[in-house]
Amino acid sequence: MKPRVAVVTFPGSNDDRDALRAVRLFGGEAIPVWHGESDLHGAEAVLLPGGFSYGDYLRTGAIARFAPVMDAVRDHAASGRPVLGVCNGFQILCEAGLLPGALIRNRNLAFICRRVNVRVETSRTPFTSGIEVGEVLEVPIKHGEGQFVAGPETLARIGDEGLVVFRYCSPRGEITEDANPNGSTENIAGLRNEHGNVVGLMPHPEHAVDPDVGPVGGQPLFESLLSSVLATASS
Amino acid sequence: MIDKPVHRELGLTDEEYEAIESRLGRRPNRAELAMYAAMWSEHCSYKSSKVHLRSLPTQGSRVLVGPGENAGAVDVGEGIACVFKIESHSHPSAIEPFQGAATGVGGIVRDILSVGARPIALLDPLRFGPLDQAHNRWLMGGVVAGIGQYGNSIGVPTVGGEVKFATCHTSNPTVNVLCLGFAPRDRLIQAKAAGIGNLFVLVGAHTGRDGIGGVSVLASRTLDESSHESRPSVQIGDPFYEKLLIEACMEMIDAGLLVGLQDLGGAGLTCAVSESAARASTGADIDLDEVQLRDRTMEDFEILTSESQERMLAIVTPEDLPSVEAICERWGLTSAVIGRVTADGQVRARLGGDVVAEVPARSLADEGPEYSRPMQPPAYLDDIHDDDPTYSELLMDVGEAFRQVLGSPNVASKRWVFEQYDSLVQGNTIAGPGASAAVLRIEGSLRAVAVSTDGNGRYGYLDPFLGGGHAVAEAARNVACTGARPVAVTNCLNFGTPERPEVMWSFAEAVRGMARACEALDTPVTGGNVSFYNETEDSAIYPTVVVGVIGILEDYRLMLRPSFAAGHVVYLLGETFPELGGSEYAEVVLGKVSGRPPGLDLERELALHRLIADGARMDVLASAQDCSDGGLAVALAEAAILGETGFAVTVPGDLPPHVALFSESASRAVVSIAPERVESFEALAREHRVSFARLGETGGPRIVFDDLFETTVAEARDVYEGSIPGFLSARREAG
Repeated sequence: MKPRVAVVTFPGSNDDRDALRAVRLFGGEAIPVWHGESDLHGAEAVLLPGGFSYGDYLRTGAIARFAPVMDAVRDHAASGRPVLGVCNGFQILCEAGLLPGALIRNRNLAFICRRVNVRVETSRTPFTSGIEVGEVLEVPIKHGEGQFVAGPETLARIGDEGLVVFRYCSPRGEITEDANPNGSTENIAGLRNEHGNVVGLMPHPEHAVDPDVGPVGGQPLFESLLSSVLATASS
Repeated sequence: MIDKPVHRELGLTDEEYEAIESRLGRRPNRAELAMYAAMWSEHCSYKSSKVHLRSLPTQGSRVLVGPGENAGAVDVGEGIACVFKIESHSHPSAIEPFQGAATGVGGIVRDILSVGARPIALLDPLRFGPLDQAHNRWLMGGVVAGIGQYGNSIGVPTVGGEVKFATCHTSNPTVNVLCLGFAPRDRLIQAKAAGIGNLFVLVGAHTGRDGIGGVSVLASRTLDESSHESRPSVQIGDPFYEKLLIEACMEMIDAGLLVGLQDLGGAGLTCAVSESAARASTGADIDLDEVQLRDRTMEDFEILTSESQERMLAIVTPEDLPSVEAICERWGLTSAVIGRVTADGQVRARLGGDVVAEVPARSLADEGPEYSRPMQPPAYLDDIHDDDPTYSELLMDVGEAFRQVLGSPNVASKRWVFEQYDSLVQGNTIAGPGASAAVLRIEGSLRAVAVSTDGNGRYGYLDPFLGGGHAVAEAARNVACTGARPVAVTNCLNFGTPERPEVMWSFAEAVRGMARACEALDTPVTGGNVSFYNETEDSAIYPTVVVGVIGILEDYRLMLRPSFAAGHVVYLLGETFPELGGSEYAEVVLGKVSGRPPGLDLERELALHRLIADGARMDVLASAQDCSDGGLAVALAEAAILGETGFAVTVPGDLPPHVALFSESASRAVVSIAPERVESFEALAREHRVSFARLGETGGPRIVFDDLFETTVAEARDVYEGSIPGFLSARREAG
């Protein structure tokens, strides 16, 4: 069987087609889902892609959280199945309360498109299950509002419960200020929820799967996801 | 009754007014006059340039759509058409840099869309005044942020362009934008209002009072002290709406629902309706009451000439209307049937049941005035030619001159700019910003298209004929340095006031130079844009030809990059002459913009392109880098910085070292070759009759110019990468 991964298109989504392509590249069945739909077509996992949903004129992800499809995404998340938010998708998951914290304008107040390195901080998500803690992945970022912030209590909970999945780091895996492209608190590039099934990150794994057009740090994420889905389905 | 002075206010001359009267056989009313003023403006009618542009070569076996349409298209193989066009948005950007540049992006994207192609890449050639002035930093910051915000939001990658600096751009920044699209070649559509009884459907944003007089007030006059008052003539962009428009139009095109598609840009509805009707030899009955307005009190002429952004005009059969409306609704776009195609050749507009304008479509679109304006070579040329910087003594260490040239903002890294652009979205960027040319793959194929924009204002100033030729040659050379074969050209001609004989002479010379180069390199012109009136009381911009060249790469796996890798042999292809006139070195080190630009031998140029293409295809070359701005020294340094690999070279020949290092002789490239391929390379170069000189080897952390000076890759990188950010941060503190 082919693992089925839904990719939601909101008006203003830009990386939806890239995400669909990446899913197919790793042997998944990619299912495009429209923001106005109320179910995920029986997909085992769902991906919220990058872009500027509804123009993001108010606050990133602030309108998308009210999209009809988000009820299905919430149900999907509540049932413990995998949900991945990339860039705008991460922003939407934070706005929807599915992940803690918020993303604000980059420290330098400008959009940044560049390759960065992230260190994997936990294997306890369906997206990093095949990756060892400490492994460094090269992936691109491209966002204007990717600076992760959270209040002290939330930060403490994130730390206590081990919710950080990725941190910006040097090519050798050191967590340094120089390696932090956007001023994110504690170099946080990606997070998970308490159960680990919902993950959001600012870097773009779907733009890091094909060596012809970029780095390949996104490959193990898709490999992990598709094998986790297969493992769950057969158990 | 119309008093004559009204037409002057709208930018029409008395003669033009009389021509309108004689065409209509009566006096035009206010709305009709506004329509003519917009369509007969310099921006829309090309009235001063047409007579010269006709000399450009436009034919070629690959050309599918040539000049005169919304965008050109060439066959790039495997059934795919590459659609591309460049435009300027300099005047709005001078007044309101963020929105001016942003709406420039929006406009060119809709041009590509109207040919039926999905926009796949943007390139932005930009020119500003020196960065030591706060005004110029404000302009650059605003323009770059505006391009970024718009391009990033619509999901079209910005993959290249140029950023250059010269004092003449302080009052007149030059903002050009090129867009590229791909479409199946058998599915290109035309902006034709064909089929009597078919419907005009206005899709997208509501129509407001923004941008009224944009083409006639802003783009067809010089800027002056009062120009900031025309800020309301600058349109405001809504990239989210544009994104919806792109997706909705692509769906309609894919479903075969469109008879024709036309963007609304300069001159708004008037232009869209009259051009699409004129192309099909039809007419149009337009009901202005059906146009969705932001303000119900808008008058007829305002609705007809509003330049509100993010609108497209679809021509649809009555049977397909429900499907078109359903797609618009799904994407949350308003659509309105605003009229129908008629047989009588008239554009007729009604408001409240009354006919408020009735003029022949052709008279607006095709029968505008055409001028052979007086021409005269500028007086400055003689003095400036005599002052040849090639023979000025170098009064400093050549290593210091190298640092100055490498750190000049014209040469230095543009990372500060291009990192603000999403260059990755759509997932087909094989080579992005910072490379010689951008390379975009055709999805599902090994085929790719390379594209570069180039132009050297200094060369145009010193010799516009050579400036035009060099722009074509350099852009083509950059494309060739990826291993691609250059196949077609688009161009943006940025000049001063055409009523000045010196400007018109420079324009004619530049076009002649461009035509000559396009013929010799077999790269026909498929379209372009003319931007006049780039001058203020105290200064005009250099005669600036910006050329975009596209090329075909049959297998992108054989693409060449400019960067060095260790253990290779370095060669200079082509010959170096004592040519420092108009060079970066002369301006930066000697403070001179004088002499003559380098010569241009187009046969040599073509031979170089063919050698690199063959070398790439036979996998003989390891890297290739165009050798132009800043000369051999900069070409070598860039290849080293990009590859994080040093080199040791001996500068060949018997020219003085600074001349050999900084001469900008044309038709040259720096290549590196694996040692085991050296023999086959030399044989290939001889076969192509391209002269070559072995310079040295790559490897290690050092940059060594034997007997002259040495530095390290790290130091060179600091100079190269640090220049523009240094200007911006240090000067910001100083205010």
